[in-house]
Parts: sequence; structure tokens; C-alpha cells
Amino acid sequence: MSEPSIEVFGLRKRFGSAQALDGMTFTVRPGRVTGFVGPNGAGKSTTIRVVLGLDAPDEGRALVCGEAYARLHRPLNQVGALLDAAALQPSRSGRNHLLWLAHSQALPARRVDEVIELVGIGSAARRRAGGYSLGMRQRLGIAAAMLGDPPVLIMDEPFNGMDPEGIIWMRQLLRSLAADGRAILVSSHLMGEVQDIAHQVVVVGRGRVLADASVEELIARGSGDHVLLRAPSPAQAASALRRAGTAPTILDEERLSVSGLAAQRVVEVLSQARVPFSEVAAHRASLEDVYLQLTGGEVEFRAAGEREARV
Amino acid sequence: MSAAVSTSAARRSSTPPPSGDRWGRVLRSEWTKFRTVRGWMIGLLSALALCATFTFLVANGSHEGGCFGPPSASGPNSPGSDCYTGHPFVPTGPSGEAVADSYQFVDRPLTGNGTLTARVTSLTGLISTNPRNEAPSLANTRPGLAAWAKAGLMITPSTRQGSPYAAVMTTPGHGIRFQHDYTHDEPGQPGSVSASGPRWLRLTRFGDTVTGYDSLGGGRWTEVGSTRLAALPATVDVGLFVTSPVTYDGAPSQATAILDHVTLNGHPGVSGWGSHPIGNDPRNYYPTLGAGSYQRVGDLFRLTGSGDIAAAVALAGGDTASTCLLLGLSVALIALIVVAAMFITGEYRRGLIRTTFTATPHRRHVLAAKALVIGTITFAIGALGAAVGVPLGNHLLASNGNYVFPASTLTIGRIILGSGALVALTAVAVLALGTILRRSAGAVTAGIIVFIVPYLIGSMSGDGAGTWLFRFTPAAGFSVLGILPRSATVSYPYTFANGYYPVSPLAGLAVLCLYTAGALGVAALLVTRRDA
Repeated sequence: MSEPSIEVFGLRKRFGSAQALDGMTFTVRPGRVTGFVGPNGAGKSTTIRVVLGLDAPDEGRALVCGEAYARLHRPLNQVGALLDAAALQPSRSGRNHLLWLAHSQALPARRVDEVIELVGIGSAARRRAGGYSLGMRQRLGIAAAMLGDPPVLIMDEPFNGMDPEGIIWMRQLLRSLAADGRAILVSSHLMGEVQDIAHQVVVVGRGRVLADASVEELIARGSGDHVLLRAPSPAQAASALRRAGTAPTILDEERLSVSGLAAQRVVEVLSQARVPFSEVAAHRASLEDVYLQLTGGEVEFRAAGEREARV
Repeated sequence: MSAAVSTSAARRSSTPPPSGDRWGRVLRSEWTKFRTVRGWMIGLLSALALCATFTFLVANGSHEGGCFGPPSASGPNSPGSDCYTGHPFVPTGPSGEAVADSYQFVDRPLTGNGTLTARVTSLTGLISTNPRNEAPSLANTRPGLAAWAKAGLMITPSTRQGSPYAAVMTTPGHGIRFQHDYTHDEPGQPGSVSASGPRWLRLTRFGDTVTGYDSLGGGRWTEVGSTRLAALPATVDVGLFVTSPVTYDGAPSQATAILDHVTLNGHPGVSGWGSHPIGNDPRNYYPTLGAGSYQRVGDLFRLTGSGDIAAAVALAGGDTASTCLLLGLSVALIALIVVAAMFITGEYRRGLIRTTFTATPHRRHVLAAKALVIGTITFAIGALGAAVGVPLGNHLLASNGNYVFPASTLTIGRIILGSGALVALTAVAVLALGTILRRSAGAVTAGIIVFIVPYLIGSMSGDGAGTWLFRFTPAAGFSVLGILPRSATVSYPYTFANGYYPVSPLAGLAVLCLYTAGALGVAALLVTRRDA
């Protein structure tokens, strides 16, 4: 058995005049949570549907554990997916929902009770699913995804509708599942949600990958690190820093912004030049900023493209 | 390198999913899905309840008019005319089937083996010209013969109506025939009797075997047919008979035959030839023209008779074991159409179909499993509905004084299984429609338009449209409820208006099957081609 992974190669798919996927390519590796982020309509859900064999791509292919989804024997034992927590027959109980899924994979009813325990819906499991809150439905969806104890997990917007307690529970669960060595793909249109749990982030826009990097790499690549300096004489400080090979920006009468030099080096340079300063602050870009930069550009680009198309 | 190849080959050969196992899993999964939605189980039970209720209402509402009798000149059922309660008498044949058994018989007892020979020299007749709603009368007739008028020789253990018999006869339209027990018929010499061309007939009894012969000149005899009449007593009645049935146009008729050279070899009883009019009681259902008569002048026997000796057709009235079931079954069908449509469209509506297809990527297996589950369940409901409805309808009709056409156990079994098949094929087709349309309202509407409306229109329209609809549309499936027998020896319009489905039960199911297969084929094509 090949190692748990999701591989997506050059997916293209067109819905009418809209290019939903435009060369989507990335890999989800075992032992880590991969965040799959991008604005609504960027192609996240379409990609996930292609991976699960629900939608057929016009071009490209997607493999799970090295196989096309349709070729998987007992697919839920290899891939667990949470797509749409509302996809339930309302008059069927949560437990019976899990039971038919278990039967489809030749799993025993015992396993159903195990995952009910795992997601903590025990008492509600025998009630009709139509009466569940959104958070309960998400938990039931997680239970369904965990039914086959799969090495690969795909979660489409798993935090939707969850209360703060649920969000904390979900983060812990995803971290521990990754620690087991599973390959986990978590999609979200909110960067902040995945920042704390993702090891790797795939940022998508307009059907293709804009960035595919570890969280640290992505932050560093973003607007970059800069140092905010407060000095009584900004001009004096600026000339000292220029001699050290950077191009600081004077923001106002007492503040400068320095990029390309670490905060410690800024302190060294100013001390050697005996330039007084009152505060040095390293400013770290947040993942949110990076994401907005990446996807904002995409949005602008798209707007320009639309204008061109109209002309 | 070679080691790597061999391990990957070994892995591949060890993992191919056994498709039987895969199929069993999806089947079990779909069954679990179905049984865990309470609304669908309630739908099934209400289908059963609707079937029983409507069968009951139809049966309970059918009361015999209270009085029947030969319509007199002053109008049907007027005071003073003969009037009987209940329903007219329909004789029952040796195998329990409804029969016509009315004729003029001139017979003698015969003990042991023997041979009866006679020559038919003349066969003439009269046909009633009265309108059908008036009693036939000899005052209003025209000369003519019904094609299946019969004159010949007969052996029977009893003159009671419905008794077994064997007979050889001449007919105006079908030549010489050897017939026995109402439904069996074998042809002899063609042509009819005329003054220049009399017909010689012979009937022999040897043990239980009765054999009929014919001859043109009385010299060379040809066997027409032979049969064994089970448990034939030592002494039987043998004799000459004449009868003449209702014509294709519905007019009662009468025939007169002149026979001579009548010889009976063997051990005839001491009594001579005696005349017995059979089945000309006014309580008998079979319409006759005039009372029979018999005259003997020297060696000439002149017999006049009216009626028929054959299987009964719908003349006896249209009520059958499935009459009352029909409405109940079609109402139940509407409930089952809703359940069958929801079984798939409910999943499309909520996006649950994606969960289904991720669990079983082989979508045609999902479709096949759903079809098998809904087909099996609805088959059981349809068969159960019929198994309850047929005896219920029969019992109520009979206790309300209606005549119910007898049906053999085999026929009842066919109606029960056929009702199951009709319902199951319809449900599977609607499941396929649901897969194609993906909308509950659309699938239910389409299901009712395709599978119920043709039946409704067909049962309200006349022969032309009704015949067409019950032959070519899914309504053909309702042919499984057909009971009334068709007989090759009865000239009768076996039309839809007279209660006969234009196709046989199996052919009707086959037509419905084609629609179901077509819908399933399109569904199977679309379900794999479309994105879920």
C-alpha cells in the first residue's frame, strides 16, 4: 500500500462559461494538515469533488493513495470526507445514517458505535437527524468520515456553524489525526481558521494554486519582515541605516520602517553609529495578510481580465 | 527492478475487489437506507391499506339489480313478468370453468361399449332481429345460421348442465368437429351440410374412450378425434343434439337439423328415444331463441335447439376475481410511485447522493441495488394487496348476489404474482425517472402521467383508444388482471369494452418491462455521465 496522500495534477474543468479549475496541481502529504484556502468560487469544492470521483475533470487527474478514487476498494476505509453536513435524510437517525454507510463498506455495527463515541453525539444518535443543530451535523459528518478509520481525510469547511467549544474540539481532533500519520486536507475560505492547525497551506484562486508552502515560508514570503523604529531624529537614523545597505522609509517625525534587516541587526547598526532610538519592533506579517495579498491580486487580475474581455 | 515489478503485480492480483462482495455490500446498504426511513414504511403500509379499502368500496358498492328475468313486451322487469332474485345461473364445467350448456338432446341410455351412427341431411336456422335490449322472439327473425351452430351426436354421463361430454358434430361455418368438455376441439371434414351433400357421423364408446368419425357417403369412415372421459359410468346417455349460439353481433339464434339412418349398436336401455331440452330455463344466463322441439317421422329425426355447448365468455356478466381489485391496486400504485421516487430524489435534493457515491463509486451498482430493493419491496406489497383484495372482492360480490366468473387457483396465483410484478416494474421505472429528473415533484408527476394516466384514459375510452392504450402504453401491464376466457369455438367480440384486455397477461407485462428497461437504461447512462 502506497503512503497516504492526495495528488492533484493539472485539473481543468469548465462549467458553461466559467473556468472552475484551471490547472490545479498540489499534493497532500501524510502526517500533516494541509490547509486549502481561497475565496469562495476559487475551485476548492470542485477540486474536492474531483478527488472523490464525484465530478469528472475535463483534463488532469487526481489520485488518492496512488489510485483513482473510482478504483478504491472500500473507499471509505481509505478516504474519509466531510462535504456537506446538511446532506442527511432528516427522518433517518444519525446512527442509522452511519449504519448504512458502514454496511456499504462491510464494516460492523460496532464500528458505528465507536465513531459515535469518538465525536461525542452519543445520546442524540438515535434521534432523527433532521432535529440536529448545525454543530451536531458537523460532528455526525466527522463520524461518517472516521467510520473506515481512513489514512486520508478531506474536510470541506469543517468549522462552519460550530460553536467555539466545537472549533477547539475540531482543532485538537485534526492535530491528533495528523499526528497519527494521516494525510489531511482542510478547506476553508477563512485563513485564520486554518492558521493554527495547518502545517502546509495551499492558497488557490480562480481555479489554480497561487501558493503552496509551509506556514512559515508563506509568512516570510509575504509582505516580508520589517522593523518599525522609533527615533527622535529619523533622518539621522535613516542615513546610518543606509550606510548599512538598506533603504528605510521615514514614516513621520519620529518613526521609520526598515525592511531587509532583522531587528537585532538594526539595533547593532544604530548603536555603532550612536544614533539614539526609543523603540525597535519587529513586525511579523500574519497569514491573513499574505492570503489577502495573494488572493486580492487574483481578484484584481480577474476584474482586469473581465474588463478586457468586455472590450 | 524485477522484484519491484513482481511485488506490484502480486499486490494487484491480491487486491481486485470481488465484485460479488461489492454488490452485496451496496445492496445491504440500500436496504438499510430504505428500512430506516419511517415515512417510507408508512407509505408502504398505506398503499396496502388503500388497496384493501378501495377494493372493499368497489365490491361493497356492486349490488345485483335485485331482479332479473326475460324482458317482456311491456318492458324489462315490469310487474307480471317472470322475475328472479340473485344472478342468472351459469353452469360450471368439469374443470371448474364457467360454461354454456344449452341444447336440444334426444337420447337413450347405453350400457357398456357401443356405437351411435346417424346421417345429417339438413341444417337450417333463424336469427333474432329484435333489438338487443328486448327478449328474442320467434316473431322477429330472419333465416340464417350462426357459424358455430351444431348438430350431431353426443355421449355424456348425465344431462345435468356442466357435465362432461364428447360429441361429433357438423357446423355451418367450421365443418365437422369433434369436441369434448367445452374447451377441446378438433376439426374433421370441412364444408357444411346440404341436400346434395349430407354428412355421416359416428361416435363410439370403448371403455373410457370416446371416438368420433365422419364420412361423406357412409362407407369410408375417418377418425376426427378421440378422448378419454375420466370415470365414465357403465351407463351413459347417447343421442342426437342440436344447438345454435348467439351470433358475433349478439343476436340469439335457433337451428333445426334433420337426421336419419340413426343406429345404436350395443346395449341400449329399454326405454326408447326421449327428448330433453337442456338449459332452456329462463334462469339460465345463456340467451336462447324459442323453446327446443323434437319430432320423429318414421326414420326422420327433426330437432330444433338454441344455445351453446362451449366455454362461457363475458355474456355471463363482467364481474371477475379482479374486478374490485383494479381500482384498489391503481390507487396503491400512486402511493408506491411516491415512495419509489423519493427513494432516489430525496438523496439528490439533500446532496446525500454524493455521500452515496463516495461510499460506492460504482454508480450503476447503486442504481441496480436501489432498483432491486424498491422492486422487491413493492412486489411484496402488490402481491399482498392482491392476495387480500381478490378473496375480499370475491366474497363481497358473491354475498351481494353478483355472479363472479370462476377462476382456477392457477389464475388466482397469476393475478397475485402479476399484481406484484405490475407494481414492482412500475416502481423501478419511477425510480429510474427519479434518477433522470433528480426532482421529487417532477418524478412523481412523470410517474403518474406515464404509468397511471394511460390506464385511466384507457379504462374510460371506447374500443379504439382503449385497445391502443392497453396494448402499447404501460397500461398494458394491467393485463395481468385479465380473467375472462377466450374461446376459439365461440364467435364473440373479445374487445376491451367487453372486459377483455387486448394482450395476454405475459405480453402485457412484457410491454411494461420494455418501458421499465428503457427508463433504467437512460438512468444508467446519465448517472455515470453526469457530475454528482
